[in-house]
Amino acid sequence: MQLFPCPFCGPRDETEFHYGGDAGNVRPDGADVPIERWADYLYLRGNPKGTAREIWVHMSCGEFFVMERDTVKHEVLSSTALGGEHAA
Amino acid sequence: MTRRYSALSLFKEGLAGQTGWKQAWRSPEPKPSYDAIVIGGGGHGLATAYYLAKNHGIARVAVLEKGWIGGGNTGRNTTVVRSNYYYPESVELYGLAHRLYEGLSKDLNYNVMLSQRGMVNLCHSTAEMEVGARTVNAMQINGIDAELFSPEDVRRVAPIYNFSPDARFPVFGGIWQGRAGTARHDAVAWGYARAASRLGVDIIQNCEITDFVIEGGRCRGVQTTRGAIRADRIGMAVAGHSSVLAAKAGFRLPINSYALQACVSEPVKPILDTVVLSPGTGVYVSQSDKGEIVIGGGLDRIPSYAQRGNLPTLETVIAGLLEMFPIFGQLKLMRQWAGIVDVVPDSSPIIGESPLPNLFLNCGWGTGGFKAIPAGGTLLANLLATGRHNDISRPFDLDRFASGRLIDEAAGSGIAH
Ligand SMILES: Cc1cc2nc3c(=O)[nH]c(=O)nc-3n(C[C@H](O)[C@H](O)[C@H](O)COP(=O)(O)OP(=O)(O)OC[C@H]3O[C@@H](n4cnc5c(N)ncnc54)[C@H](O)[C@@H]3O)c2cc1C
Ligand SMILES: [Zn+2]
Repeated sequence: MQLFPCPFCGPRDETEFHYGGDAGNVRPDGADVPIERWADYLYLRGNPKGTAREIWVHMSCGEFFVMERDTVKHEVLSSTALGGEHAA
Repeated sequence: MTRRYSALSLFKEGLAGQTGWKQAWRSPEPKPSYDAIVIGGGGHGLATAYYLAKNHGIARVAVLEKGWIGGGNTGRNTTVVRSNYYYPESVELYGLAHRLYEGLSKDLNYNVMLSQRGMVNLCHSTAEMEVGARTVNAMQINGIDAELFSPEDVRRVAPIYNFSPDARFPVFGGIWQGRAGTARHDAVAWGYARAASRLGVDIIQNCEITDFVIEGGRCRGVQTTRGAIRADRIGMAVAGHSSVLAAKAGFRLPINSYALQACVSEPVKPILDTVVLSPGTGVYVSQSDKGEIVIGGGLDRIPSYAQRGNLPTLETVIAGLLEMFPIFGQLKLMRQWAGIVDVVPDSSPIIGESPLPNLFLNCGWGTGGFKAIPAGGTLLANLLATGRHNDISRPFDLDRFASGRLIDEAAGSGIAH
């Protein structure tokens, strides 16, 4: 069992967390967003091998945060609360 | 020199002290250029090369594999072969694969040990039975063999299931596909490799693609750990590593890579002669010809390129297994492993030209592409040979994500397959 650091609760079991997607994937705004941009936002992913910046939620407390992880070693590099701002 | 495998050649070789067997496939040095290159020596890549040579007469082909052939998901999967999908597009695709599997041992002159022992997807409530009936009707209308099973039918094919009155996941019936079953995964890789090699295809192992040769906005070859190799038609079938190569080619894919794990028990006497899947536990089980109980379940929940399974999912899978088959509580686990699978939002594969012209994709099979190997190979070979889709591959083009014509088989594909 791996421990993930929730910025609010501290280290907790990985099973309490849910993966929420790429950090910095900001929803396009406006009426004339081209189809390709929507498809990009909705479906295309970086899916990096190595360091990744991801949105996670700690389901026990409801905190959304950005976790930097190594997708090969599963090492956690950092964990930062979203704080109402977009994590771009 | 014995080239053809048969009972007679086995007998003759027995008399000759087994001295005449030839290497199953050649291991040549890579040439500087080919008519077509296939990246990835899994089932899909090897099948692509075979059908390029067999169906299209294009044999100046290289399969480039970074490790050993079949060392990816093809050699790590739980080998369930079936075609019980919901949407017509999927039925065409997996139906083609299923039919080709039925003739594959003969076609390749290599026994892939297809065993059509049938598969039951259980229904655990009245509501699930209604959905089951809908699925069976859809399959029958699409021309796929399917039957709605009663609890008695399930008891007949899987008497060791937990039918006790207090079972957490009681049986209300099931969806049965009698033509479903299992095949030997290594044999599929080796059989295609041998057959392709005999038609002139170069199978090159320990050759990792590190970059693409791009000239005039088109893909003209690949950089590898064994030097540059050129071709104007390049197919890529690298499963969980598709995004890594896509990044080198300058585009992104609708793929997340996850570990999918499986495990097998010690071998035991025959006790289960069908494939049983429970949507309630997310676990599916079969017994291999060697006697091992082969156990699969859902994805590990963390995006990953680490080719190993994590404990929480294994625990869930084993708990589910024991709920389904309390009798397996006495088994000892022998091995546990994982493969990195390419998960797409609609659980359907991506087949078609990539945003980089001349580079063609076969990926996104996720947790269920072993059963599709003959079709994936046929379709990518057709794309490489003609540059165009046929009716079966067209719906699976990457453009469906912009057009919104997704083929959402999440329900049909279950958890894993
Ligand atoms: C545990 C598990 C259980 C499964 N169970 C089933 C099942 O019961 N039924 C079913 O139908 N499917 C199942 N699947 C899915 C199935 O295994 C895959 O969809 C299928 O094998 C994919 O085949 P492939 O040829 O595309 O990929 P792979 O067999 O993974 O082949 C891809 C190859 O590409 C190579 N490669 C990667 N990067 C490079 C590079 N840069 N250069 C050169 N080569 C490279 C890899 O080394 C690998 O050999 C399961 C998968 C797993 C992991
Ligand atoms: Zn928390």
